Formats: sequence, structure tokens, C-alpha cells
Amino acid sequence: MSAHVSVRNLRIVAGSKAIVDGVSFEIARGKVLALIGESGSGKTTIALALMGHSRFGATISGEVLLGETRVDQLDEAGLQALRGRRVAYVAQSAASAFNPSRTIMSQVTEPLLVHRLASKADAEVRAVDLFRALALPFPESIGARYPHQLSGGQLQRLMAAMALITRPELVILDEPTTALDVTTQVEVLKAFKAAIASVGATAIYVSHDLAVVAQMADQILVLNQGRTKEQGAAEQILHAPTDDYTRTLMAAASPTERSAPAVVAGDALLKVEGVHAAYGRLPVLHDISLQLARGATLGVIGESGSGKSTLARVIAGLLPRSAGSVRLGGEELPKGIDGRSREQFRRVQLVFQNADTALNPVHTVGQTLARPLAFYHGLKGAEAKAEVARLLDMIRLPADLATRNVRQLSGGQKQRVNLARALAARPDVLLCDEVTSALDTVVGAAILELIDELRRELGIATVFISHDISTVRAFCDQVLVLYGGTAVEQADAAAFARGVHHPYTDLLMHSVPEMRAGWLEQAVTRKAVLPSEVGDDLCRFLPRCPVAIDGRCNAEAAPLRAGDGFALLCHHELQTLRELTA
Amino acid sequence: MSGSAPHSAMFGVLPLIGKRFASALITLLLVSAVVFTISGLLPGDAAQETLGQSATPEQVAALRHEMGLDRPALTRYFAWLGGIVQGDPGQSLVANLPVREVIAERLPNSLMLAAFTALVSVPLALAIGIASAISRGGRLDRTLNVLTLTAVAVPEFLVATLGVLIFSVKLLWLPSIALVSEDASLWDTVRSCALPVLSLSVVVIAQMARMTRAAVADQLDRPYVEMARLKGVPFRRVVLFHVMPNAVGPIVNAVALSLSYLLGGAIIVETIFNFPGLASLMVNAVTSRDMPLLQACAMIFCAIYLMLVLVADVVAILANPRLRAQ
Repeated sequence: MSAHVSVRNLRIVAGSKAIVDGVSFEIARGKVLALIGESGSGKTTIALALMGHSRFGATISGEVLLGETRVDQLDEAGLQALRGRRVAYVAQSAASAFNPSRTIMSQVTEPLLVHRLASKADAEVRAVDLFRALALPFPESIGARYPHQLSGGQLQRLMAAMALITRPELVILDEPTTALDVTTQVEVLKAFKAAIASVGATAIYVSHDLAVVAQMADQILVLNQGRTKEQGAAEQILHAPTDDYTRTLMAAASPTERSAPAVVAGDALLKVEGVHAAYGRLPVLHDISLQLARGATLGVIGESGSGKSTLARVIAGLLPRSAGSVRLGGEELPKGIDGRSREQFRRVQLVFQNADTALNPVHTVGQTLARPLAFYHGLKGAEAKAEVARLLDMIRLPADLATRNVRQLSGGQKQRVNLARALAARPDVLLCDEVTSALDTVVGAAILELIDELRRELGIATVFISHDISTVRAFCDQVLVLYGGTAVEQADAAAFARGVHHPYTDLLMHSVPEMRAGWLEQAVTRKAVLPSEVGDDLCRFLPRCPVAIDGRCNAEAAPLRAGDGFALLCHHELQTLRELTA
Repeated sequence: MSGSAPHSAMFGVLPLIGKRFASALITLLLVSAVVFTISGLLPGDAAQETLGQSATPEQVAALRHEMGLDRPALTRYFAWLGGIVQGDPGQSLVANLPVREVIAERLPNSLMLAAFTALVSVPLALAIGIASAISRGGRLDRTLNVLTLTAVAVPEFLVATLGVLIFSVKLLWLPSIALVSEDASLWDTVRSCALPVLSLSVVVIAQMARMTRAAVADQLDRPYVEMARLKGVPFRRVVLFHVMPNAVGPIVNAVALSLSYLLGGAIIVETIFNFPGLASLMVNAVTSRDMPLLQACAMIFCAIYLMLVLVADVVAILANPRLRAQ
């Protein structure tokens, strides 16, 4: 039998630059091909070309065959008939791909209606069936809602419903879980896999995440800068890659334990005690305490909304705490930035997640770095210039980059400059807020290595905020797990590795996909056992906890259980927890 | 889509609309104080103006007393404000008629002129703005861009004069003076209003079209538009059902601002065509120091402006499910 989808010698050119060059592949009916690569590898561009669509007016040449149809030769009317009917698309960010002003139902049923495949009533019945199949809450009424009333994971599943409603032959999934928390990702991946199989569609799965791809794909095509690096069965690529670039990707995906653990000496440099914080009347942080020695790294993990970025903002003074104390080398820091001295500013530096927005786009790299030098150290002229050169050397960027505009840098380079800007102050404490999440794995791994090295050489204490538990495990001396603004678990690296964990930490750890096929099928999504709302003093995790004890967890506050190098908040005895989470 | 959700949303939005309405009323109250204060600062008063240069101070003082101008400002303000609330803004000092009657004669003319202009300009402006946004960077967009920019830049007296020159003097199609009277037939009214409407339209169409283009172009770049295209939704439908609900907020605001200009800003056009509207009445009131009339005109302009903005706000709230849910 011939291939269902066949692409030959695909070339996509924007301006004078070829974004995709000479890519060919075939997919058999009902199989899943994964396109993997870093940003700029052309993976999304290829996926969109299968629908005859290109961004920024790029031109598509080569042969794209879907069944008997030459997609590359279709005119506008032909493409319109193809899109949403034979080929469907699931976008990366459902939050922005849904129209904010229209109800979910009107958008989900639209493909059926514009292709005149069903009446409105029939279309709505089919939509509700799909909502049910995708395990969405309130399938009967969820369609009447607007996008802003739903969570990211729900929207992503609704988008899958929108794609599958016409029973397309080919589904294109463009990084559909990248924007989600790991715990949500597991559920969404399961729902996708089942739904695609039930329709019997062929699929193209675009991703940069090898572990996710391992769950979804039958075949893998590795791309770099628009060219095919390697292509073959998923098993072969994941376990016996032949191309160097593929090996680099694999290596970056599994962080290695760092070689030298921190030498923790003397008193704590940063001491946070009983900190509470709120946005207006909405409490965000609840009784957080931590200690960090010079040269040590604390990893803060949690899902989006857990308060981890807020913790950094509170320490930096951007959000004044409502109670508790933050001490730096024995000296209490004023609540907000208003009360802090320049010296106190200098000692605590924050590196923001998104270098694109954190750096002033009209400044050059040199200006960006010279500003804190002048502000904190009064360096000017030749002295400042020499120091900028030294900083650039420290972050391993060529010195002539100083005259370049920030806009002209790549994502990884920008993040390095962002880091150098903080280092220019010669801080004692560095607060890194998700500094690698917007970066490709390979680039992100390099940044991590750099931070670790600087920490060791300069003795800077680092608070490393991340949603990626495997990075934190490999990289940090201490771990703080936040859930709903409460620290549910705190441990040093050794104790964390030994493994008695809070049920939430356990959930997080078991939600990180492993790089082997079949992991997704084994991953059990355990349901909460007690229906309840969060009470003020009760365990925050109770509404989602799979091992909650009726009569205790929903009645009184969780006690603190401490062991050798760790402490956690849970009603279960440590011994029980060890068995439960084994 | 079930019918119940939008219905309950309508009720949820009522307090928000009520709040906007209340703040509009407060604004109007503040405006009344400002209008009253500023008109009090103008040099000279109606008594001086009526009697002329040769009047003795005693005569002026006597007339002032008769007109009630010698009472304390605060007393006059509250008396005036009370009158306005009851629909009686006082007596025109110059015409010796109730201000209400003077205005009643002019206001319908102004409203008619504004309505005609709105009728012509709003649909045209929307069409131009949308067409321009859709063909962004294309030849049509560039042409429309140059045309609207030119129209914004050209002063309206020039447009009006050129209009008269072409349509009245050369072609003899339209009257050069707007004779509006109650016994004129509808056709005559339309003919005599044609040139003023044309002059006003040129300016407001250009403003509204440019704002519409910006609002629509901004939405066309959003990911949901690409998503809709990838669902096979025809482009026309994408614009009407996907883009417009999101662009309508900024567009109605631009329309409201432009339309409010049609009343007070029509002064030049009113003067050129000798059109008996409210704006020229207000200018006359300034020159003759007819404060009650001046104040009443100013209040009407402000009230209409606030009303238009309020309507625009409400439309924008209703079009946005996020605001609606608040």
C-alpha cells in the first residue's frame, strides 16, 4: 500500500532565505510522524505546508501529496475545502488560537458548518460526544463558555475536539502541550492519543520534547535549520541515534548530575522567615521560610500559579511582603523597593524569565551592561568598557557583541546578556525565574551550566525557580516544592534523592515523561479521593490528593513531618508515605 | 449556543453600565461648574453689551440688577443648574426669548445635519477601513492610506469652498447656501444639506477609516485568525465573524469621537453654508455675551458627547465576554 502522506523535496523560501530545504518523508495511513528540532528548525513551517499555508508570505515548492491530492497545486478554493475537513490543525497555544469573543461551541462546530457537513444541531451533538471522549468536565454545558473561562489544559483538549470533529484524515499537532504544566500534560496527551486513534487519522506531531515524542510517535524526523538530520522509526532514533545532532538533543534532554556539589560553609546568607504575600486581597504566599548559604542553590518548583515567581518578587522587594522577614547576611531587608538602599539592591539581583521583554530593545549590549556598572559601582568610560568586555567573556560571548543591538541577538544570547546584566552588579543573591523555559533544550542546558559555574566561581547564592523538576533535581542543593502558595516539601538534594515525598511532589515526578515508548500507557493519573474545597488551614493539595485521609485531611491542618535533611506537610506518617510513593 | 448564557450575561452587565452612566452624570455636573466659571471669566457682560459704549455706569448697574447679574456667583450657579435640571436654562439676554425656544429652533437642524453625515460616513468609513486592513501593504491599502491622510490634512473650509466651486458654481447642481425651513420639502432639504454633509463627511470618514483599519489590522495578526483560516473558514467569514466582534470595541469608540465632532465642530461648515445650526448659535452667544444661551449650548454639546461615549462603552462591554462577565 502506498503512503498516505508523502512529501518530496519540500523547499520553503522566505525572502532570499530557505527556511526548509529538501525535506522528504512519507507516512503510512494511521501512523504518527514526529517532527523534532529546536526553534528555527522549520518544523512548524513544514507542518503548515501540508495545509498549503505559509507564514510571512513564504513560497512553498516541492511535492506534497495527501492521498491522491497534490496539496501544493491546490488553488485557494481547493485549500479552503481541504483545511479543517481533510487536514486539521491543533495549535501550540490554545489560549490565543481560540477567538476570545465567541463561545467554544460556535468555534468547535465551525469546521462542520463551513464545510456543510452537518446541521447546527447535529454538529453540537457531535461536539458534546467529543467533549465527553476527551474527558472534559461538564461536556453538556462547557460549549457555552468563553475561552477566558477555561484552563489551558481544557482549552487544549477543546482544540483537539475542534480538529477532530470533521473526522479528518490527517491531524497536525503543533507543540500542543508545550504551554502546559507536566501534570496537565499527561492527561492531555492521553486524551489526544485515544481520540486520534478512534478517528483513525494519520498525524504529524511537532515538538521539541523528545520524551513527549517518545509517547506519541511511530516515526521521527529530526530537523536542524530546515534540513533533515535523521529520520526513522521512533525506537531507533531514541535508542540508537546515528546522527551527532540527534545525540546532542538527547544529551540535552536528560540533565546530568552536576559534578561538584556546593561547599556550604558558615551561616545562611539569605534567610526568609514566615513570609506571607498577597496581590490585593488574594493571598499568594503562605508562611514561607528558607535559608540559603553562600554558593548554594535552592530550586523552587511548582505548577503555574503556585507562587514561585511571587517568591522571587517578594525577596527582590518588587512585591512587598505582608508578614515575615527577609534577611540578607543578618541584615533585615525592607519590605518594598522604596525602603531599600542602593547597596541592598545591588546584593539581590533578579533574572527575568523572558529576556525578550526584560532587555530594552533600543539599547546595545554594551549600554545594557554599562548601566548597572555605573549605577552600582560608578564605573565610567574605559573602566566600564573593560568591565563590559570581562562580563561578555564570563558569559562566553565575543567582545565585539557589545556594539550590537539587543534585538539582533538570538534567544540564547539574549538570555546570556540578561544574566550578565544581573552579574554586573556583583550580587550576593541571584534570583533566576524560569530562565531556561523559553529556550531550546540545548541552549537552555548551556545556560544552566554557565549559572552553575558562576555560582561556584563567584560564590553567589542562587534561587532557581523552575517548573521542570528534573532540572532542579540535577542542579540544586536544596529543593522547595510550592503548591498553592504553601511550601509542601523542603529537602536538601541528598534527602530529596532518597525519596520520601509529599504526594504532590510525587505527582510532579511521575508526570515527567520518560524517554521510552509505553510510558504514557503506564502513567496512572490518580484521581482525588475526597471531594472538597480548600479550607483556610487545610492542606492546599487536598482537592487533588489521591491519598487523602477522610476525617483528617479535610478536618485539620497538616502536621510538619521532618526527617534527615527534609521536611514536609502531610497527615501520612513518613513510613506510609514511603510506601505510597514508592 | 444556548440562549440562556447571553441572557444572564446581559443582566450581569447592568451594574457595570449603571456605573458608567453614573460617572457620566458626575462628569456632566463637573462640566457645568467649569462652563459656568469660564463664562463668568469672559470680559464684559450682557448689560454692558446691550447698552453699548455710551452708557453710564449707573445705567449698566441698573440693568445688571434687573438681569440678576449682581447676585453672588454661587447663587446664580445653583439657580441656573436647577433651571437646567428642570429643562429651563433661563432667558436669552439678547433675544429676550427663553433659551429653550432659541435652541429648539436650531437643535433639530444640527441633529439632522449630524444624522445625515453619520448615515453617509459611518458605513463608508467602515468599508474603507476594513478593505484597507485586509489588503495591508497592497496597492489598495496604500491608495486608501494616501487618500484618507490627505482628507485628514485638508482643512474643511477648503473642502467646503471647493465643493461650492464645483457643484454650485460650475455644475449648478446644488445650492451654495443651506436654506433649511420647516416648509421645505424633503428633497429640498436633502439638496441643501448635500454640500455641508459632504464637507463634514470628508473629515470624519478619514478619521474613522484610519481607526477602523488599525483596529482590524491588529486583530488580523492574532493567532485565532490563522486558526480560523486553517479550519477552512472563508476569508469573508473570518473577517465578519471572527475579527469584527473583537475589533468592534475600538471601532465604536472611534465612531463616537468622530460623531461628537459633528455638532460642535461643524462651526466652519455652518458658517460657510449659512446653515442655521447650534454651533453658529453658540458663537453668536459668545460675541453678544449672552451667557445663558452660551452655557446651554455648551451643556448640550457636552451631554451629547458624553452620551456618545457612553453608548460606545456599552457596545464595547457587550462585545467583550471578559467585561461582560465582570
